[in-house]
Amino acid sequence: MLAKRIIPCLDVKDGRVVKGVNFVNLRDAGDPVELAAIYDREGADELVFLDISASVEGRATMVDVVRRTAGEITIPFTVGGGISAVEDMKRLLRAGADKIGINTAAIRNPDLITDGSRTFGAQCIVVAIDAKFNAEWGEWEVYTHGGRNATGIRALAWAKEAERRGAGELLLTSMDADGTKDGFDVALTRAVSSSVGIPVIASGGAGNADHFADVFAEGQADAALAASIFHYKEVSVQEVKDKLRGKGVNVR
Amino acid sequence: MIAIIDYGMGNLHSVSKAVERLGCEALVTSDPERILAADGAILPGVGAFGDAMANLHATGLADTTKEYAASGKPLLGICLGMQLLFTESEEHGEHQGLDLLPGRVVRFQGNYKVPHMGWNDLIFKQESPLFKGVKPGHVYFVHSYHALPERESDLLAVTDYHQPVTAIVGRGSVFGMQFHPEKSGEFGMTLLRKFTDMTVGKTNWTF
Repeated sequence: MLAKRIIPCLDVKDGRVVKGVNFVNLRDAGDPVELAAIYDREGADELVFLDISASVEGRATMVDVVRRTAGEITIPFTVGGGISAVEDMKRLLRAGADKIGINTAAIRNPDLITDGSRTFGAQCIVVAIDAKFNAEWGEWEVYTHGGRNATGIRALAWAKEAERRGAGELLLTSMDADGTKDGFDVALTRAVSSSVGIPVIASGGAGNADHFADVFAEGQADAALAASIFHYKEVSVQEVKDKLRGKGVNVR
Repeated sequence: MIAIIDYGMGNLHSVSKAVERLGCEALVTSDPERILAADGAILPGVGAFGDAMANLHATGLADTTKEYAASGKPLLGICLGMQLLFTESEEHGEHQGLDLLPGRVVRFQGNYKVPHMGWNDLIFKQESPLFKGVKPGHVYFVHSYHALPERESDLLAVTDYHQPVTAIVGRGSVFGMQFHPEKSGEFGMTLLRKFTDMTVGKTNWTF
């Protein structure tokens, strides 16, 4: 039976992990490769690197990070952030990334999903959707630029279009839940997951191990992503998995 | 030396790094002579079946791979590389494969999520040097098409995804894994080691 996946996410800027991390015995708390290897050993099922570099040099550095990471870890990893052309995808995949995450660029140019999927296969293309509840509509709206800009696009419709265009997976972040530590947005996750035929990674709001159980059981998520609770050692990947196992959720 | 056959598709870096971590020399190459001289060969692959076969033919590596397989030295197809070992596939039209193993590659059909993506556990169907002495564990799959071997004897392991899904195949010295051993943690590395052991004569082929 297919296991539910637990995915730590690392924000990387100019080749360094930003946002705090609180691991002991780290030679260098800012080295993404070293942190990736630790999460691999701790039982993470996949990793996501979000490149938040603002410069061309920073992005070039990411290719090197990807190459070093691919030689170091034995689990799949996705790279997202600032990818706006098939050529960018190619560079990162060739360096050893398993999947490419696209967000704002896909909204601006949906053909990027189609072209990426056709060139590298659907399994490589993760469409990231940042969604926020729009009370007027009574449903969720897609945001871009890290949640700053409303697009006027309905999240459910966009999720379906991304699938139709060849996305292999959706990384769904709730802007409402993100940062609250009150739990994932179960309603949003279930709404999206039940209306598409591709896997959905839930993101935003993880505060404890029980939250993961909720988003798998009620939210119908296929995977769940978190950053700070893992980085600050509030809970380990293994603790989350133990909890899930205890609740009858199938994990690796 | 293990040759990683480079026909312009897929993530060769991870496979070659994984082989090196097992203490074996890995060479990513499209040179037929070097492939034929290798102790073991890996046919990786990510992407579409038709494109992959077109590349294999255009580079002459389809013939090289068949010649290699006929030599009796160990060959391992990974993911799409496993599917290419079969006779044919229905991925975006009908395509002929390398036909080293009889069978057909078909799309997942049903009311469930495709791709089959993530960690799933193996069920061994018969003995093989590829997992002799190893307990089944979770490995990482990502695929929308799956292989249906014609001969039951070629099916070494399956996983369960709404049906039994071909996970490991093998006949003689030709093997295939639908999942990514190089992305499947320690357990995946153990399976990959079983393969590399064959290439350095550590395997007792009679089992």
